[in-house]
Amino acid sequence: MEFQAVVMAAGGGSRMTDLTSSIPKPLLPVGNRPLLWYPLNLLERAGFEEVIVITRKEIQKMLSLDTKMKLDFVYISDNVDMGTADSLRHIHQKIKTDVLVLSCDLITDVDLYKVVDLFRTHDATLSMLMKKAPEPTEVAPGQKGKKKPVEQRDFIGVDDTGKRLLFMANEADLDEELVIKRSILQKHPRMHIRTGLMDAHLYCLKKYVVDFLVENRTITSLRSELIPHLVRKQFSSPTSLQQGLDNKEEGRKKKEQASLDIYSFIKEDNSLLKPAPDNSCWNDHRGDMNETLHEGKVRCYVHIMKEGLCCRVNTLALYIEANRQVPKLLLNLGLEEPLVHGTAQITDRGMVGSDSIIGSSTQIGEKTSIKHSIIGSACTIKDKVKITNCIIMNSVTIEEGCCLQGSVICNNAVIEKGADIKDCLIGSDQRLETKEQFLIKPLLE
Amino acid sequence: MAEREAPGGAGPGAAPSVPVVVQGPELSREEKLQLRKEKKQQKKKKRNEKGTAAEPPEPGTAADPAQPRVTPHPASPPASANAPNDGEKPPGGKSKAELRAERRAKQEAERAQKQAKKAELGQGAAPAKPRLTPTEAPSVVKRLPEHVQVDDPAAQRKLAKKLERQQVPLRQDYGTKVNLFSHLHQYSRKKPLTQQMSIPSTVIHPAVVRLGLQYSQGIINGSNARCIALLEVFKQLIRDYSTPPNEELSRDLVAKLKPHISFLNQCRPLSVSMGNAIKFLKKEISCLPDTLREEEAKEKLQGTIDNYLREKIVLAAEAISKSAFEKINDNDVILVYGCSSLVNRTLCDAHTQTDRTFRVIVVDSRPRLEGRETLRRLVRHGIHCTYVMINAISYVLPEVSKVLLGAHALLANGSVMSRVGTSQIALVSKAYNVPVLVCCETYKFCERVQTDSFVSNELDDPDDLIVQRKGQAQLGGWAENKSLRLLNLVYDVTPPDLVDLVITDLGMIPCTSVPVVLRVKNVDQQ
Repeated sequence: MEFQAVVMAAGGGSRMTDLTSSIPKPLLPVGNRPLLWYPLNLLERAGFEEVIVITRKEIQKMLSLDTKMKLDFVYISDNVDMGTADSLRHIHQKIKTDVLVLSCDLITDVDLYKVVDLFRTHDATLSMLMKKAPEPTEVAPGQKGKKKPVEQRDFIGVDDTGKRLLFMANEADLDEELVIKRSILQKHPRMHIRTGLMDAHLYCLKKYVVDFLVENRTITSLRSELIPHLVRKQFSSPTSLQQGLDNKEEGRKKKEQASLDIYSFIKEDNSLLKPAPDNSCWNDHRGDMNETLHEGKVRCYVHIMKEGLCCRVNTLALYIEANRQVPKLLLNLGLEEPLVHGTAQITDRGMVGSDSIIGSSTQIGEKTSIKHSIIGSACTIKDKVKITNCIIMNSVTIEEGCCLQGSVICNNAVIEKGADIKDCLIGSDQRLETKEQFLIKPLLE
Repeated sequence: MAEREAPGGAGPGAAPSVPVVVQGPELSREEKLQLRKEKKQQKKKKRNEKGTAAEPPEPGTAADPAQPRVTPHPASPPASANAPNDGEKPPGGKSKAELRAERRAKQEAERAQKQAKKAELGQGAAPAKPRLTPTEAPSVVKRLPEHVQVDDPAAQRKLAKKLERQQVPLRQDYGTKVNLFSHLHQYSRKKPLTQQMSIPSTVIHPAVVRLGLQYSQGIINGSNARCIALLEVFKQLIRDYSTPPNEELSRDLVAKLKPHISFLNQCRPLSVSMGNAIKFLKKEISCLPDTLREEEAKEKLQGTIDNYLREKIVLAAEAISKSAFEKINDNDVILVYGCSSLVNRTLCDAHTQTDRTFRVIVVDSRPRLEGRETLRRLVRHGIHCTYVMINAISYVLPEVSKVLLGAHALLANGSVMSRVGTSQIALVSKAYNVPVLVCCETYKFCERVQTDSFVSNELDDPDDLIVQRKGQAQLGGWAENKSLRLLNLVYDVTPPDLVDLVITDLGMIPCTSVPVVLRVKNVDQQ
């Protein structure tokens, strides 16, 4: 088998506690489907038949997905705080080949073969997906109107072809300057450094990386520790460890650290391609005397998406943005279910916008206009309600005459008559009194 | 087999009927059939008359001369049949002339029968001569390979059906082709074959998918490199193969290899070296004795592949390099073109193993610019190099003492098939009286005959010709211009009279000896 797919669905959603306090992140409804459905659908479309899903027990109980793939659920308990790398270490016995790791909050329509082909063609250690993204400047509902400061930026260095990943650093790890090793510049004189890239958290890793993780227990997170480590390792040779140490005790330390070096895990794979490149006239660079790929054994590649949908549902603003993009995605996927569910009872079809999604068994009264919104299942929306740009989850009751704009209303909320809600986030099981006006109010719990 | 038997003492009685056969080509089919029937009856009569004593010597003498005569001189019998009939009728036995006449009559009859069979679909002919065809010399028309019949919809439909059966995706052609080459495939590098396959590939072994991608992206380039990589991947395939129950390894393994070979062919058309290696491997697999267990059989196969690699490629390269650098003298100026692994090895060995001083002129051409890799390797070894583009060869040739070229394949008429531009170099060298030496291993010898570069070639991605200068791509919009076509040829054919010597692992031979080597190789393999 060529690949095994692993979906990490155990994360807590720490950056959007408003929503995730009531619903676990993999089950957050986006376009009336649980968030976990999207990466699984991506894998199913690509042709995977089996997926390993790492999640918590309670999530699996609440999950009901209709998918033809065989899902292998691995549970980790609540009290243990496991990073993504820890989870991979936890399942390392199941991993027998190269692995494709996805995060549960990835919604994308990328052609997976583009990422995987980079991995196959260049026999790469790591191949990942990134998207050109503008800085998010949305006003998230529930925040008092101030713009959230831009998150810590990532500096990504790629080579001239735009495929080879040379440098990766987060602003948080840097003091004041960006430090680039001389060896990188000697091998790749032209490097493009970009900041406007969003990491899609989709990684193709070779099997020996998982073996390395098993031995090296200090790495807890894939994204923040393992990936930058691999990117740095491309340009440091295995002997540099020995040269760097000065201690008298380095004899013992050397042995320990040498065994943790990833190069020791790269099996000299059966002379498979060794004589061929000697005879082949391809070289990835020109202008110096070095062999192709500088004979580096660790190679990291990145596929940068320019067009298409790729978003990670990390924060509230991104959640809302994802909900806005999802109807188009669902239309393009050509699913059998129409956007407006069959069992929904809508009196005025014409008042419902074309890109709104309405769940099953929802009742919508007369003269109710719904534009660019997503309404969950089993909702009751009475007459003369205006809903624009909203996300309404399941079993919500909205009485007559309400006007909702740009808001997120969680499960089981009840909104009495005549309420006027703008840019709000209303938690689950809330009840709003009549004729109240709510404007950009923070979260009501 | 009836006609092959001796006439059984055809006496003077046979002579009167022969003059009718003389006008062979003008006779109609029915008359020929009639003639044949008559002859058969006559033979039967004579056999009964003369008895069995005369028969045994006849088949030996009559059959052998008849066989080689069938192919080379079909036209002469009608004209010359006249002569032997008139005159000599010696008293005893058959005269030489009569024997000849009988043979000619037999040939006529065979020809007539063949035509009749073709036209009437074996109504009268087939029951009479069912076993004639196997003993005939193989004069069937060779079927054209699919990859030169792209403009024939029937051939393409057959290919599509075959690929569907093997579950291999069909790669679509890209862009408008130059009319003269519309019979060849033209693919785009940006649309790899994996676009149409599921990601964890199940039908095709992952190592083969990886190899196919490396071929199509140009990472493994050069006929030696491609063949070595192919054989290594086959070794891995054989390692991962397990015979299903009720199947024999010798038959099933060949069947299992076919989809992989089709896949590689779709990624990039197979080179001649790869084709010969595949033929060799298939023959080895089908010749495996049935008594071997699966493990032993697999090990044996791996051993034969290793032997092939070692003998035909590695040791051959050593041998060629040794004989070639004998040809390099002190203070020589050698011209090389593109990037040939053999030529590079020769020059590097000559530099390290002998103390002759020589310098090299590396000629390069777009769009591949392979000469840069040659330049890098030679300079790294310490050889003094000059680098020019192909348009400058007439300026550098006056100072060149010999030209050393690599080959992709050597064809059966002695032509050299090599990277596009080689024939130009050979031509201009001939004009300047510079000797042209071609280095080629014998496993790249191929039984095809080509006199021009059009009939069978490979079209590379036309977008490679687009050059970006100062942010502007000159030919970027070529697809929108209806009257503009881009042509990116990969190979060309150099006629044998432009090449002075071919250096192979069997020694240094002139170009015209290639068919001899092929014949010897075929006899060896049989």
